Amino acid sequence: MKLLLKGGRLVDPVSDRDGIYDVLIEGDVVARIDRDIAVDRDAAILDVPEGAIVCPGLIDMHVHLREPGQEHKEDVASGVASAVAGGFTAVACMPNTSPVNDNASVTELILERSAQANRARVYPIGAVSVGQHGEQLAELGELRDAGCVAVSDDGHPVATALLMRRALEYADMLGLLVIDHCEDQTLKGDGVAHEGYHASVLGLRGIPGEAEELMVQRDVTLAGLTKAPVHIAHLSTRGSLRAVRDGKARGIRVTCEVTPHHLTLTDEALGDYDTNTKMNPPLREAADRDALMEGLRDGAVDVIATDHAPHHADEKAVEFDHAPFGIVGLETCVPLVLDRLVHAGVISIGRFVELLSVNPARLLKVTGGSLTIGRPADITVLLPDLDVTIDKKKLRSKSKNTPFGGWRLRGGVGATFVGGRLVYCNDDTPSLTAWRELRKARSPNVPGR
Amino acid sequence: MKGSGGTGQGSVGVRDQGSAEGPRTPTVTALENRHLLGIAELSAEEIRLILDTAEAMKEVGERQIKKVPTLRGKTVVNLFFEPSTRTRTSFEIAEKRLSADTLNIAASTSSVVKGETLADTVRNLEAMAPDAIVMRHPSSGACHLLARICRARVVNAGDGTHEHPTQALLDGFTIRQHKGGFAGLKVAIVGDLLHSRVLRSNLLLLNKLGAQVVACAPTTLRPVGLDRMGATATSSIDEAVQDADVVMMLRIQLERMQGHFFPSIREYYRLFGLTAARLQRAKPDVIIMHPGPINRGVEIDSDVADGPYSVILEQVANGVAVRMAVLYLLTGGSEGPS
Repeated sequence: MKLLLKGGRLVDPVSDRDGIYDVLIEGDVVARIDRDIAVDRDAAILDVPEGAIVCPGLIDMHVHLREPGQEHKEDVASGVASAVAGGFTAVACMPNTSPVNDNASVTELILERSAQANRARVYPIGAVSVGQHGEQLAELGELRDAGCVAVSDDGHPVATALLMRRALEYADMLGLLVIDHCEDQTLKGDGVAHEGYHASVLGLRGIPGEAEELMVQRDVTLAGLTKAPVHIAHLSTRGSLRAVRDGKARGIRVTCEVTPHHLTLTDEALGDYDTNTKMNPPLREAADRDALMEGLRDGAVDVIATDHAPHHADEKAVEFDHAPFGIVGLETCVPLVLDRLVHAGVISIGRFVELLSVNPARLLKVTGGSLTIGRPADITVLLPDLDVTIDKKKLRSKSKNTPFGGWRLRGGVGATFVGGRLVYCNDDTPSLTAWRELRKARSPNVPGR
Repeated sequence: MKGSGGTGQGSVGVRDQGSAEGPRTPTVTALENRHLLGIAELSAEEIRLILDTAEAMKEVGERQIKKVPTLRGKTVVNLFFEPSTRTRTSFEIAEKRLSADTLNIAASTSSVVKGETLADTVRNLEAMAPDAIVMRHPSSGACHLLARICRARVVNAGDGTHEHPTQALLDGFTIRQHKGGFAGLKVAIVGDLLHSRVLRSNLLLLNKLGAQVVACAPTTLRPVGLDRMGATATSSIDEAVQDADVVMMLRIQLERMQGHFFPSIREYYRLFGLTAARLQRAKPDVIIMHPGPINRGVEIDSDVADGPYSVILEQVANGVAVRMAVLYLLTGGSEGPS
């Protein structure tokens, strides 16, 4: 079966393409990329709308799918439905499930559910330590063999410097990346919001930025000691970024990710105790946000990841102190980043693709990151000028915990192809009517959304 | 948080103080918001309206029969999730003097101990149609959550370390009673600033009314951004008390010692305790305030707490009048206090 994406601006930094190209998909792989490809009558032709961008499929290297154990918040099926609607062809899911993904049986269950859902690719991330308790290394070799692409104790930092050292050494031997949630928990204490003016006014217990920075500095130092790579999850402060930047300058293998919410909100958003502004790390000050923006521009930041953290509405409808940390992010990421970063001139569309596709694929050593002949056709089509209003009710995720409800943004997702299959097509775009009909014809059993 | 507008009730007697605040004309006769969540949501004019209304309410408390029918037929629930004697009793007396039907619920006897959420507790109470809920809660912002889900008027009786608006109003009432107004006053606030909702509400109120605030605490007990919050910070109690018109002491919570905020009670008293000798630096007509309960010999000496400059018990008495004023302005019917 052949599918031709006709016209459209192809942006693929790895192959150094940025121009109008046709992309021919045969079966599940990219067969040809060229200008004006002629096809025979058995190929379906999809005209790419004017102004749309065709790029390698987006990869979110930091999500929480909650299955097994907390399926009332999200499960693998709803998580990947949310992912493809957000333009992601692949997601890497953190191990803080219940039970924790610290052994092959949990990894296998996640992969089985992913195969059943049959939408975005799912890459499990295993735990660094047994039960994420920070005491004993999990069997990382078993986790890798079962399909884990990285290890992390996300939700908690890797507890001690010694365990982190061993994890870096051992995981590097296995070719696994260690991803660390950096937070000195003694300094964080029982804080619930960024320690600053706004938390003071609201009487909320503070978490200083230095609680993160201390552990980022530890990890950079240990990555230097072990010569192994370390990836800093959801980096949020200017001090942390300085530590990463310094480490990179010294040749240390340190990389980092930032989230769309830390790039678009500050602690001022805590305003009326909206528990959808409670996340960990907390929303920081404007100077931190500006530093992260600078890091996007100059390359100090490697990845934008959502830290998609679904929580049930009832769990958030409580006192700020008692609410869980985290927000959903898969379906709001692209509009936020296009509107607030690309259209605002902070980053180019090429850099957008690097941050959301090229670099996550490289760090996790997974398929994607570029459109390559003979490789799986994982493709995202962006509509940079689409008017988008974030509507909580329409989110595919089971949970609706977002502070961005009602935000009007410029830029959205047109369509998502995974392995050559059109798995998502924007319902609100007249120029994609033919695409939707094709999708319906080829996948009659897949719900319209 | 903005509510749906005024109470629709008739105005109460507004008295022009014509004081150190300067000449003024009353500009408001009702509160804009339907809840009292904090001083942050009140304008200076609204604060003056509450204080003026409290003058009339105070007079009710001086009568032989200390009761008016103003809130007859109204139901007020006092929902207390933290232990409190002073504030809860003060509200209850205020409600009874206004003839409201009152209901006291303490967290230890509520369904909260069975795991019920605040939202569900309130929904159940709402089904019984109270007119107002007075809530104290250990979490900052809990009253904001309540106001979002609640039809009844919400009065914040202290939420975590956020605000304690009626305490600030009664403090303001007491200061005005002694000083005539606020403009140009130097108010020293000394004690655990970091964990104090009284500090936050008083800072807002005193700034809105034109007083100058010096806040004194060990650096470990100062909130970040104190200067942006409207206070000059110092760690010298001598400096804070120097030429002060008002010295407001805050309670040191002894459990804070476990957070390494200061080494010992002895050292705290030595560096930050208010003694008669230190008080010599203040203005001759200084008044000493404390929201209570007092730790004698920790943050304040007994001879100061019980001495001639102390207005601590007046604060308690004024609390009833101020709370009557707040309840009247938020839930009052057509009948005035007299």
